[in-house]
Amino acid sequence: MDLILKSREYRKKILKYIYKAKAGHTGGSLSCIDILNVLYNDTMNVNPENFKSPDRDRYIQSKGHCVEALFVVLADKGFFPETDLETLCQYQSHYIGHPTRKVNGVEQNTGALGHGLPISVGTALAAKMDEKSYRVFTLLGDGELPEGSNWEAFLSASHYKLDNLCAILDYNKLQITGKNADVLNTEPIADKLKSFGWAVREVDGNDTHKLKEIFDQLPFEAGKPSFVIAHTIKGKGVSYMENQIKWHHGVPTVEQYELAISELS
Amino acid sequence: MMNDIKMLTQGLANLEVFAATLESLATVDRNITVVTSDSRGSGKLTPFGQQFPKQIIEVGIAEQNLVGVAAGLASAGKKVFAVSPACFLTARALEQIKNDVAYSDNAVVLVGISAGVSYGALGTTHHSLHDYAVLRAINNLIVVAPADNFETEQAIRQAAALNKPIYLRFGKKNMPLDIAKRYTDDTDIPPQVNTDLLNEIRENLCFADISGGRQVSSVSQNFQFGKGRIVREGSGITFIGTGETVLPAFEAAEKLATEHGIQAKVVSMHTIKPLDYELIKAIASEGKPIITIEEHMINGGLGEATASFLMQNGFRNSFKIMGIPDEYTVTGSQNEIFNHYGLSKEGISKVALNLLK
Ligand SMILES: Cc1ncc(C[n+]2csc(CCOP(=O)(O)OP(=O)(O)O)c2C)c(N)n1
Repeated sequence: MDLILKSREYRKKILKYIYKAKAGHTGGSLSCIDILNVLYNDTMNVNPENFKSPDRDRYIQSKGHCVEALFVVLADKGFFPETDLETLCQYQSHYIGHPTRKVNGVEQNTGALGHGLPISVGTALAAKMDEKSYRVFTLLGDGELPEGSNWEAFLSASHYKLDNLCAILDYNKLQITGKNADVLNTEPIADKLKSFGWAVREVDGNDTHKLKEIFDQLPFEAGKPSFVIAHTIKGKGVSYMENQIKWHHGVPTVEQYELAISELS
Repeated sequence: MMNDIKMLTQGLANLEVFAATLESLATVDRNITVVTSDSRGSGKLTPFGQQFPKQIIEVGIAEQNLVGVAAGLASAGKKVFAVSPACFLTARALEQIKNDVAYSDNAVVLVGISAGVSYGALGTTHHSLHDYAVLRAINNLIVVAPADNFETEQAIRQAAALNKPIYLRFGKKNMPLDIAKRYTDDTDIPPQVNTDLLNEIRENLCFADISGGRQVSSVSQNFQFGKGRIVREGSGITFIGTGETVLPAFEAAEKLATEHGIQAKVVSMHTIKPLDYELIKAIASEGKPIITIEEHMINGGLGEATASFLMQNGFRNSFKIMGIPDEYTVTGSQNEIFNHYGLSKEGISKVALNLLK
């Protein structure tokens, strides 16, 4: 299926399961879904058949709260039956509000922000030590950048020349309280990352074709970790959710849900 | 004739009472300073931020920095409340708590919000089932988990005046106004609690002694750090709870009384450290079984602290620690997790009946 159509289907499913569970991180899942779409359907060498192989590519989602995006894509790839998602956030379900390895296809348990990148550095470092060719992809939220652990990891990634590591910033410019710029300014991000020894590219993170073009160029520079600043829109695809902080973890009413689905159809 | 069915007055979430109390304090004390890490909404502090924009510092999602900055502010004379989800505050920033707050004696009030398993299905990353254990192992830190709205308001007011490092832990669920005060049909039940209560707190009217009318005095003798509070008398068995487990302990006591004629004493052991050894000694001397109940892993919390005291002082009461076991925590809402592990009216009364056999 065409990547654009897939993104649309994924968006509908994200809303469906958040609506059913009456819980979930709506805005951030909708902002990052195009990135996951391209990674899992085009860029990465990982699927249910090779998931136990040490040579598979790894995806580690540091912004773990947007687990709905990940679960929907993993179900579509066949890691588990989609009907499992009917139990999202229910008593004794493994499908909880953050990624856990109890769910097939999930690489790491995340949810506390600022953990994904250090783990990714370790995994990428192991590939270098073992002379393996797998790559590691990490999705970061813009709000989690102030966590010091990210900056410690930025240093170690360039120090160890991890050109098999690609960190993608889901740059929707919002977090819970408001705009990143008002909560805690992190700009200029590109300059900071370059000065930390990373090769940096910027892209429209809701455009699957542009994302594919960028990921096809990896690594951007031999001997340097790659950083993609993906400019996205929080709540992308649903008119009344776009750029609205209240949809960080909002659950739609029945009318809102139907309107969202019709806008995406 | 007096109706002997006693009722608790349903209150608000302790978290809301916390925020309203801070607003009341900030009005009269410009040194009150709140530090947040993208946590002002979850801490119910949005109105505080609007009313006191100069008394709130936002550090972004960076809990280590949050505690370090709070320590610096405190050292320069600010009365600092560092507010962040308990899970991140007491794990991510533990070294800052140990060195920059406790060891350096910077009087920060660390406020762990949505504590224990309040976050329910968000899972283990968001649960704080370790905080009593790690913080108990740090010198010069008071550790407090208020049970109801009354204890919460008192804890905030007294912490602001204390000038010592202290950790306060709150959940999100609605709690009773005051578990120690119950009302019969024909006594004067206080007005149904609603947001008016928050406004009264904001206006500095404390509900310290609500049955005797609202008092303007802001400190109640009925709440002191380090002194457990007996919220229900009884001589058959004792339940020692803390934070949001005092309510199910109380409900279990009522169930035992109605169904089995057993009267259980219920203690709100709001201060985990320093623990009220005097009270535990008095209770243990009665020779009856003791059950501790906490929203924490059974390792290293209230139960083990109590057990250690009992053992070392020659008490041999039958004794049981109830809490979250050392296993992959079951998934679900806070209620479902409580029920799963027996931290409920049914679960606690069952354990009590077993101990009394
Ligand atoms: C260490 C840590 N601190 C705080 C939180 C609570 N939290 C969850 S999501 C979030 C905001 C995240 O913002 P951002 O990274 O921009 O995510 P997005 O807007 O893309 O959803 C916060 C503060 C957390 N999960 N982990």
